[in-house]
Amino acid sequence: MKQIRSTAVPIRDENIDTDQIIPARFLKATSRDGFGKNLFRDWRYENDNEATPRKDFPLNNPKWKGDILVAGKNFGCGSSREHAAWAIRDHGFEVVVSSFFADIFRNNALNNFLLPVQVSEDFLQHLFDTLDADPATQIDVDLEQQTIRILPTGEQEHFDINPYKKTCMINGYDDIDFLISILPDIEAFEKKKS
Amino acid sequence: MAKTLFEKIWDRHIVKTIEDGPSVLYIDRHFIHEVTSPQAFNGLRKRGMKVLRPAQVVATADHNVPTIQQHLPIREELSRKQVEMLVQNCSDFGIELYGLGHPYQGIVHVIGPELGVTLPGMTIVCGDSHTSTHGAFGTIAFGIGTSEVEMALATQCVLQSKPKLMRINIDGQLQKGVLSKDIILHVISLLSASGATGYFVEYAGEAIRNLSMEGRMTICNMSIEMGARGGLIAPDETTFAYVKNRTFTPKGTDWENALADWHTLYTDADAVFDKELHIDAAEIEPMVTYGTNPGMGTGISQHIPSLASIPLNEQANFNKSLQYMGLRDGQPIKGQPVDFVFIGSCTNSRIEDLRLVADFVKGKKKADHVEVWIVPGSKQVEQAAMDEGIDKILMDAGFMLRQPGCSACLGMNEDKIPAGKYCISTSNRNFEGRQGPNARTLLASPLTAALAAITGKVNDIREYI
Ligand code: SF4
Repeated sequence: MKQIRSTAVPIRDENIDTDQIIPARFLKATSRDGFGKNLFRDWRYENDNEATPRKDFPLNNPKWKGDILVAGKNFGCGSSREHAAWAIRDHGFEVVVSSFFADIFRNNALNNFLLPVQVSEDFLQHLFDTLDADPATQIDVDLEQQTIRILPTGEQEHFDINPYKKTCMINGYDDIDFLISILPDIEAFEKKKS
Repeated sequence: MAKTLFEKIWDRHIVKTIEDGPSVLYIDRHFIHEVTSPQAFNGLRKRGMKVLRPAQVVATADHNVPTIQQHLPIREELSRKQVEMLVQNCSDFGIELYGLGHPYQGIVHVIGPELGVTLPGMTIVCGDSHTSTHGAFGTIAFGIGTSEVEMALATQCVLQSKPKLMRINIDGQLQKGVLSKDIILHVISLLSASGATGYFVEYAGEAIRNLSMEGRMTICNMSIEMGARGGLIAPDETTFAYVKNRTFTPKGTDWENALADWHTLYTDADAVFDKELHIDAAEIEPMVTYGTNPGMGTGISQHIPSLASIPLNEQANFNKSLQYMGLRDGQPIKGQPVDFVFIGSCTNSRIEDLRLVADFVKGKKKADHVEVWIVPGSKQVEQAAMDEGIDKILMDAGFMLRQPGCSACLGMNEDKIPAGKYCISTSNRNFEGRQGPNARTLLASPLTAALAAITGKVNDIREYI
């Protein structure tokens, strides 16, 4: 992934915890696939029933769609379940924007090539207002340049990402491949330690 | 150079550091359970890899297991499959499993310490955010995602960036009836649910030193609820006395050597933290949460904050939270009726918690309309409760003593709180739907929960002891 240009879905709630993103009762699967349909399950449906979607929930509102999820601060707090990142990715999002991410969620997202973009609180609020006013607003996320831009107005902000993680994201490298490649170092370390 | 406790342990475990990137951190102990491990084992199989150091991995079944009639096959099909898959994976990859029916089975963060698998100075990971619990022994312990579980299985390492460091000092002495759970709920209410994000927290001060190991585990357990990667406490005589002679602790000269090393594990006098806080223990009241994140807690004598006192941009979330809870802003929390009492979870399900509860409820009866579930953290806790006659006291009070597991802490098994009902709970999360769809959770200490079981309401334990 280098660059994403898309409309976005805004969820203004703060402190969205992983129990909301994917409730515990859906963690019984043993593969990584198929979690997307239960993303935000209890906010999406009345009485856990797919026949009764909650109209006021942004994912159910056809005016908002796209590959970018924009959410309130402290996104992904709570449990370490990577299923949260899988569900967001499986639903089709490639980027999550917030003013603050919980640590474990950020790692899980990066390990699944879901890009967490942390912006200032002001920029986030402006983004929410812009998407409210015009749901068709295109957002441009440029990983190479580390910028997020509201296309029609050109307003943009820089975001941080660890340079190592950036290389992994752009090239599709996996942490585990890296660790396996240094197994001799790890074994040497074990010898020295004991 | 002066070092913090965290830095001493961290530096010993760095295999190498990637330029401009994270460090390769060597892991001494890796705990696994049925929910976050299956995809990791599948990943290993796909790569044709084995587990690098199976002897450093310990497995248990806890999240999904029923807490009654554990000797029967698990009724719920998906839960059963997940537990069976753990059995299969452990057998295929040579990992020790304390599964259902094993005398060591229990919640992963309860069994590690009680078996002496958790020891000072270690690095510990588990695919579970409350791995921070083990920090009570002076370890670097933190939760990881499933991709990282796979990394740790394959290479006994994970990639980590060094976190910022915070020290929270709880000075002076606690009031009677105030427990370690109240300390941590108080701290989180001060810092908010995201106030320690990016930090590892060391807890220090007289009130921390005076806590038992069980009490310290409760504090470290909930570090994650303010966003911290983990929490830790320097090991001391209390720690060594707890650890000594447990099933897997070193014995003989190994013990002497280990002990000498553990005595070096403390923060040097002039070491600096990125952030430091002092809190007066005497100011801490019994705490109860009223909202839908653990930062929304209040002292028992206080009222739920008024809407006007909440910053404008947070009012919508505050309202949504109170609406979910069916509570009003500005109302007192004391006197709030409850329907269920849950005493359990890796925060408060150890033998000391059950002893405290039993001591208090001895000769009393639960309120008629309240249902009370006591879920011990492990088979060993359950056994001790029976040996000490605690089971009898609880039963006489009308409490139900169930079998070990995570249970209503996250409601993955059948133990769910019905929609709209209030549950006072000794667990760690009051998120929407955590204990069951639309269940309403009030987090509190085991004593405050036990008192609510007797009076049917949230009350101030200081008035009853
Ligand atoms: S008891 Fe609750 S918090 Fe602890 S490991 Fe189990 S589910 Fe997680």
